Amino acid sequence: MTLPDTIVATRRRRRRGSSFAKAVLRFIVTAATTFLGLLAVTFFIGRVVPIDPALAIVGDRAPAHVVERVREQLGLNLPLYQQFWIYLKQAVTGDFGTSVLTTNPVMADIARVFPATIELATVGTIIGALIGVPLGVLAAVKRGSIADQIVRIIGLIGYSVPIFWLGLLSLLLFYARLNWVAYPGRIDIVYEYTFTPVTGFFLLDAIWQGQWEVVWDLFRHIILPGALLGYFSLAYISRMTRSFMLNELSQEYVVAARAKGLSETRIIWFHALRNAAVPLVTVIALSYAGLLEGSVLTETIFSWPGLGLYITNSLQNADMNAVLGGTIAIGVVFVSINLLSDLLYRTLDPRTRR
Amino acid sequence: MSNGSFGPLLTVDDLRVTFPTRTGEVQAVRGVSFTLGKERLGIVGESGSGKSQTGRAIMGLTPGHAKITAKTLAFRGRDLLGMPARERRDLRGKQVAMILQDPKYSLNPVMPIGRQIVETLKTHEKISSSEAKKRALAMLEAVQIRDPERVFSLYPHEVSGGMGQRVMIAMMLICGPELLIADEPTSALDVTVQLEVLDILDKLVSERGMGLIFISHDLRLVSSFCDRVLVMYAGRVVEELASADLSKAQHPYTRGLLNCLPTIGSDRHPLPVLDRKPEWAL
Amino acid sequence: MSHQSTSMGETLKPYSRAWLLSDRPTSRNQARLGRAYIIWRRFAENRLALIGLGIILALLVVAALADVLAPHNPVQGDLMNARLLPPGTPSYLLGTDDQGRDILSRLIHGSRLTLFVVVLVAVIAAPIGLIVGTVSGYAGGWVDAVLMRITDIFLAFPKLVLALALVAALGPGIENAILAIAVTSWPPYARIARAETLTFRNSEFISAVKLMGASPFRIVLRHVMPLCMSSLIVRVTLDMAGIILTAAGLGFLGLGAQPPLPEWGAMIASGRRFILDQWWVAAMPGFAILVVSLGFNLLGDGLRDALDPKEAGQ
Ligand SMILES: Nc1ncnc2c1ncn2[C@@H]1O[C@H](COP(=O)(O)OP(=O)(O)O)[C@@H](O)[C@H]1O
Ligand SMILES: [Mg+2]
Repeated sequence: MTLPDTIVATRRRRRRGSSFAKAVLRFIVTAATTFLGLLAVTFFIGRVVPIDPALAIVGDRAPAHVVERVREQLGLNLPLYQQFWIYLKQAVTGDFGTSVLTTNPVMADIARVFPATIELATVGTIIGALIGVPLGVLAAVKRGSIADQIVRIIGLIGYSVPIFWLGLLSLLLFYARLNWVAYPGRIDIVYEYTFTPVTGFFLLDAIWQGQWEVVWDLFRHIILPGALLGYFSLAYISRMTRSFMLNELSQEYVVAARAKGLSETRIIWFHALRNAAVPLVTVIALSYAGLLEGSVLTETIFSWPGLGLYITNSLQNADMNAVLGGTIAIGVVFVSINLLSDLLYRTLDPRTRR
Repeated sequence: MSNGSFGPLLTVDDLRVTFPTRTGEVQAVRGVSFTLGKERLGIVGESGSGKSQTGRAIMGLTPGHAKITAKTLAFRGRDLLGMPARERRDLRGKQVAMILQDPKYSLNPVMPIGRQIVETLKTHEKISSSEAKKRALAMLEAVQIRDPERVFSLYPHEVSGGMGQRVMIAMMLICGPELLIADEPTSALDVTVQLEVLDILDKLVSERGMGLIFISHDLRLVSSFCDRVLVMYAGRVVEELASADLSKAQHPYTRGLLNCLPTIGSDRHPLPVLDRKPEWAL
Repeated sequence: MSHQSTSMGETLKPYSRAWLLSDRPTSRNQARLGRAYIIWRRFAENRLALIGLGIILALLVVAALADVLAPHNPVQGDLMNARLLPPGTPSYLLGTDDQGRDILSRLIHGSRLTLFVVVLVAVIAAPIGLIVGTVSGYAGGWVDAVLMRITDIFLAFPKLVLALALVAALGPGIENAILAIAVTSWPPYARIARAETLTFRNSEFISAVKLMGASPFRIVLRHVMPLCMSSLIVRVTLDMAGIILTAAGLGFLGLGAQPPLPEWGAMIASGRRFILDQWWVAAMPGFAILVVSLGFNLLGDGLRDALDPKEAGQ
């Protein structure tokens, strides 16, 4: 994962002393051009890169007049910029075509599977932040100690391990050998009939409905992929936390806080961490966005019926509409989180307010 | 004030601060000794001469990897180096306090000013929130802030440097310490504001009867503000003088510092350059 | 450092320690070597970085000598007698897969594919980033604004997903995977190159070159780009692990190298079916990926710390 780049991007955009109106304007321009760029790239991938999208749909043994008709239907005989315009209009209204595989509109499919991915990424980020932040603080406070080295190595392995491989091995251990967790999937078949989700976020639904048996089953399903994604965000979060905390702990206000007689605990967890939290929020948001991406491989391993699995299934079946629709969906959320974290940064840092 | 007001406030004998570094040990402070009563002691010296490290060693704020030794380092007869960390911490902010150089960096940027002052108070006294706020407001008034209510809820970046340093003073003096270490308290401020801040400091130190260690690189400022002056060079005290006897300074380094002070009316050509001899550092 | 010994630069024995550390180098070569030596010493102090360097050197050796080192044929297995043998079997140190191929031999040959991917991606992406970044930084104005907006857009993309979609459109295969990864990898390099360019765009040395009448093209190519190299190299090294992981992910999904190529990610995918009973088929290649990416990460970390001591430990 190369998330730190994006944080450089966000930080660069933050400039002090700019007026609120200017900031909003910049935000809107950034958002608009980024989304436009996103669509331009997917358009390019879908319409320009393949030799002939029409052939991809009807197959290369189809008679010429059929191919020609499909080309017309797809608007492939129009000039490229007109095609792009049509594509834009459709995309803005949420029309990404129909999935060849499921025969549903791609948008409907995405709406159906996305909550599962969001749920998984959320659990992963919560695990990653709850463990990663304290580990990073510990590493910074005990800089150079064994604890610091261990945290560093945990992080480096997280950066270096193939997630699908770790997923397979952990399934082998925790499911097949130890039987601590449920088999791959999101929910036991038994409950698929007794439990009617409302929002698509199963855990929340089950808790809301007070179905504790279901909650337990859901937990046994989500814990392993969640922990796995959590490990990845932990690697990133702990590393960044350490770096931010080292920076904060070397500031003069920390000396002043000691001169006031505050306890080290209070200085670390209250003063320094509160300052480190300003950039950390961005990091956590970015790691959340990164997990949406990480879910592609994780969901494949854990048969998690989310967007990642949807995309890989569509890939295997050369269902380009679905692949590109899924790409755009992840891209849009990714970009939105990116932009939102920038706003969040502003609200957390009193120096950038107003 | 009731107990132990006899004897010196602070005794420093042969204080040494050593930093281990990649290229060997760096001795920042090399055997500094002095005693301090309820008086004003100035420490002068060029940048890097060990003034701040002396002050921080007294406060117990030396970075963890450094080594501190002293024959005696005692506050009111209590051994500072031997006492448990907890006790030492309780002294800080309550009985000994320190003002840092630049309020831009020494105040927590994401915490409103009022809460930072209240925090000192709540650390050392059992006090209700409303009472603490009242005292903090009174303290802000004591450092001549005109609109304490408003300043109380501002963030550090929203006030000027001079105002920030007043806040710093308020934050450090609110528990009524007996000893104050001011480490270049006005060096980061505009010249016009410097005098105001010094004035406030002067009043508070006199009114409250504190001992003061005033650290500066500005010999004239120190001698006008303090009763006594220590001149430091390369981690050592090279000369100790009463402010009144400044002109009788013996050590060539002190004389050098003195010569660098511009005096009105005398034409000075060429401009004197501060002379440094390696043997002074021995 | 050792100031005393260097007062007489000429009398020092060439290539000795003192000669390298001399603060009065007598030739450009000596200065250059001296600087490299100091960086090397800082690098060598870091044990983890040395481990990383060792891993990468080992990878290079293994890839170069794959034909000699591999005990068996990597693609042609012994279907009759050697299917799914566990690790430790005589002459099959790491076991065999379902087609009776020696896993160790496949890993050894797979190292070539890994290097191939990493090097090609770097060779494609780094120059793109370098050009975009230096031009953007040097030109400034609207050129800069437009180029950086495009860079930001690519930076905001989820990398793996974009690569997936691209390979899906281009068709599976290792070359297409490389292309897709390269397309998603250049933006950070552009960012770094631009930042570096900005730091010395207005320096006197560039002004001097300008006064001599050099064209902007020449200035960027001959004077700006070389100065961006060291940060770029660090960054590329740090990215290698990510590139390997993405390539392995694509391979795992069947979009990268195609069978029977011994690509590590694809090997995990084919071992997935046997994970419950013959765990080693999937476990071994994943372990190889882990070790090599860890090597690149350690190396990159060490390089960054050695080249930029300010950031050390951060
Ligand atoms: N963390 C540190 N590590 C190594 N040396 C230090 C450190 N802090 C201070 N020093 C050294 O201590 C000496 C005295 O510093 P200081 O007391 O801050 O000087 P000043 O008189 O300007 O306040 C300096 O020469 C500096 O090199
Ligand atoms: Mg100082």
